[in-house]
Amino acid sequence: MELLKAKGIVKNFPGVLAVDNVDFEVNENEIVSIVGENGAGKSTLIKILTGVLQPDSGQIFVNNKETGFRSPVDAFEKGISVIHQELNLCDNLTAAENIFLTFEVVKGKKRTLSSRLNEDYMRKKSAELLDLVGAHFSPNVLVRELTTAQKQMVEICKALIKEPKIIFMDEPTSSLTIEETRKLLEVIHMLKARGISVVFVSHRLDEVTQISDRIIIMRDGKRVGELKREEFDMDTIIKLMVGREVEFFPRGIEVLPGETILEVRNLRWKNKVKDVSFQVRKGEVLGFAGLVGAGRTETMLLIFGINKKEGGEIFIKGNKVNIEKPLDATRLGIGLVPEDRKLQGLVLRMTVNDNVVLPSLPVISNHGWVLNDRKERAISEDFVRKLSIKTPSVYQIAENLSGGNQQKTVLAKWLATNAEILIFDEPTRGIDVATKAEIHRMIRELAAQGKAVLMISSELPEVLNLSDRIVVMWEGEITAILDNRSKKVTQEEIMYYASGRLKQNGGQA
Amino acid sequence: MTTRRRQKGFRELGPLIAFMSLAIFTTVLNPRFLTAFNLQALGRQIAIFGLLAIGETFVIISGGGAIDLAPGSVVALTGVMVAWLMTHGVPVSVSVILILLFSLGIGAWHGVFVTKLKVPAFIITLGTLTIARGMAAVITKGWPVIGLPNSFLIIGQADFLKIPISVWTLIMITLIADFFLRRTVYGKHLRAAGGNEVAARFSGVNVDLVRMIAFMVSGFLSGLVGIIVASRLSQGQPGVGNMYELYAIASTVIGGISLTGGEGSVLGAIVGASIISLLWNALVLLNVSTYWHNVVIGIVIVVAVTLDIVRRRIASR
Repeated sequence: MELLKAKGIVKNFPGVLAVDNVDFEVNENEIVSIVGENGAGKSTLIKILTGVLQPDSGQIFVNNKETGFRSPVDAFEKGISVIHQELNLCDNLTAAENIFLTFEVVKGKKRTLSSRLNEDYMRKKSAELLDLVGAHFSPNVLVRELTTAQKQMVEICKALIKEPKIIFMDEPTSSLTIEETRKLLEVIHMLKARGISVVFVSHRLDEVTQISDRIIIMRDGKRVGELKREEFDMDTIIKLMVGREVEFFPRGIEVLPGETILEVRNLRWKNKVKDVSFQVRKGEVLGFAGLVGAGRTETMLLIFGINKKEGGEIFIKGNKVNIEKPLDATRLGIGLVPEDRKLQGLVLRMTVNDNVVLPSLPVISNHGWVLNDRKERAISEDFVRKLSIKTPSVYQIAENLSGGNQQKTVLAKWLATNAEILIFDEPTRGIDVATKAEIHRMIRELAAQGKAVLMISSELPEVLNLSDRIVVMWEGEITAILDNRSKKVTQEEIMYYASGRLKQNGGQA
Repeated sequence: MTTRRRQKGFRELGPLIAFMSLAIFTTVLNPRFLTAFNLQALGRQIAIFGLLAIGETFVIISGGGAIDLAPGSVVALTGVMVAWLMTHGVPVSVSVILILLFSLGIGAWHGVFVTKLKVPAFIITLGTLTIARGMAAVITKGWPVIGLPNSFLIIGQADFLKIPISVWTLIMITLIADFFLRRTVYGKHLRAAGGNEVAARFSGVNVDLVRMIAFMVSGFLSGLVGIIVASRLSQGQPGVGNMYELYAIASTVIGGISLTGGEGSVLGAIVGASIISLLWNALVLLNVSTYWHNVVIGIVIVVAVTLDIVRRRIASR
């Protein structure tokens, strides 16, 4: 039976036809995924089907009755819950308070703003719900003290209080670790077993194929395909999404690594980075694998001077260097493409041009302090072309670019400074398949040009396919450095070291 | 480039039109508005609010919720101090330079608290607001410091080509400040720091230094206005400059600055300061009771800013 059915949904935004005559249906007891590149219209469609946006035209049926959603609350009351990509929780309230927010249970019959809260009931019920989703923390804990995965569980509980028939999840796994993702997928299965259908959106196709009963593929606002579980095939899905063939991982761009350019010895910082030592050579991609909290990002922040190391030494081309602030690192030819491009990578309200030249300004400006528009423009246009950043002009505000193009803009910043050591922290998180392949190719090309690349990634296939050597970290320590030039390292091997088993006969490669 | 320039011009257009219409309106009701005497008085007022608004612009653009509440009180304190120095035998030029250095120091003091000790700018400058006002009263015991040398009075009272020296000062500072904000690495770093402090730091921008300099600019300009006002009044008056910081902030907001940082222009601040000064001038010329002045100005600030925000929201749709 069709729980929810949408027919001919159209939504226009100024200049973009975001959703173009799309039909969509959710059946009883199924997990259906929507996949598509960024800008394919997935999020807009979900917003329409959950009452956040109103369609320009089209019909929506719930239980075969035509209806519409005036607001998210309206949809919620009709049995449709949603967990947005950006979590919507109040950090200053407890888990239980968040779960019942705006649906507070009160003592007495009538619920008004001055009713007394039935805290005991809400706490008890919250505890039950948290237990149900396998989250083992007290409902009284403040949300600010929870991890992202735990917050997500609170969101799921929140979605469950009105006993919904369908839960939409918009990229719920994009900021989860492998282990957390596995748990979330289990919870989704559990929901299905309890008779709740789930609509799942993700960029990670392995998860999608693993969990879905049905996949709907969108491109340019249109529904371009549907696959049943028995028809699932990675290549078919990607072809439908992108509209052409994509080379997933670049091969054949191999060079012999040159001299050692960066060496760190016994880096220490709080209890997050413990005695970390490694070397990187020119022309080499050094991958960093490990679970979240393994200290990979923290190590990079020390090398880049965001945090000040408490011990250890850093050598560049054999010379000991003193990096106390990011400016020191950039002067030494280090560039960092950070984990969170919106927060750490870009000044979103400034133009692409402003962002690209920001780290190079002292060098390219007249006498070091007067801006040189012509030079700036030449540089930014050069990189917009080289990295094929899609933007109408270099004076476009960075905020208006898609995620993949924003990521390329961050990369352009460091290529513009001519950095020889490039650090990538989760370079393809939340980025669509085609751009992801492009970024993978760029990383290999940069290495082929003789740059040294350090790449943190929580996606094992990415690490395995791009890295010449792989550093595995666990709780602030390096547990193994694996040679991957012959592409013989396996996911299992990495997971083995990532969960804390030390490699025998020396961690140094 | 062209698109960016056009956007910027557009942003200040609204306030500029408001200024022009207000000027025409006042002239029609009272032709005395256009007399040289009145225009000079208006110019001096614009110079005072304009200089303070430029300082405020730098501070607010630097972001992180930065704001400077001290200017009004610093005007009073530096005015009193420069008068005291001169009446105690210190030469005019030395007194002026000392006071300018002192006001730079006040800005640096704010900068250190904000960037190093992480005290909110609102609080540390609020502290200075009361401390400086209090110090001015302590130094003078509440009485004005009088008997200033004639050469000092040039700064606030003399004209050059019929335009007051203080207006020339404003023009000069405006050109310099606008150049720094739009055309230099410092200006771009300031806007980057205000737009996204973290990303700026990750790009090698020395956010603390940039913000520190912004506070020093504001401190310096407050001291400069203190000197101008003392010269204009021929005395060091501990009571002057009351609420000037609020007019300066209002000027920047009317001129289109974003209080969250990262955006704003010197030209906008000057237009904003001109509107507030003109309003003041118009209320006098139109014989509105002084009791009503603050009421009217308050209403105008709220209406102007609300209209501007609504207009921009519609434009961005």
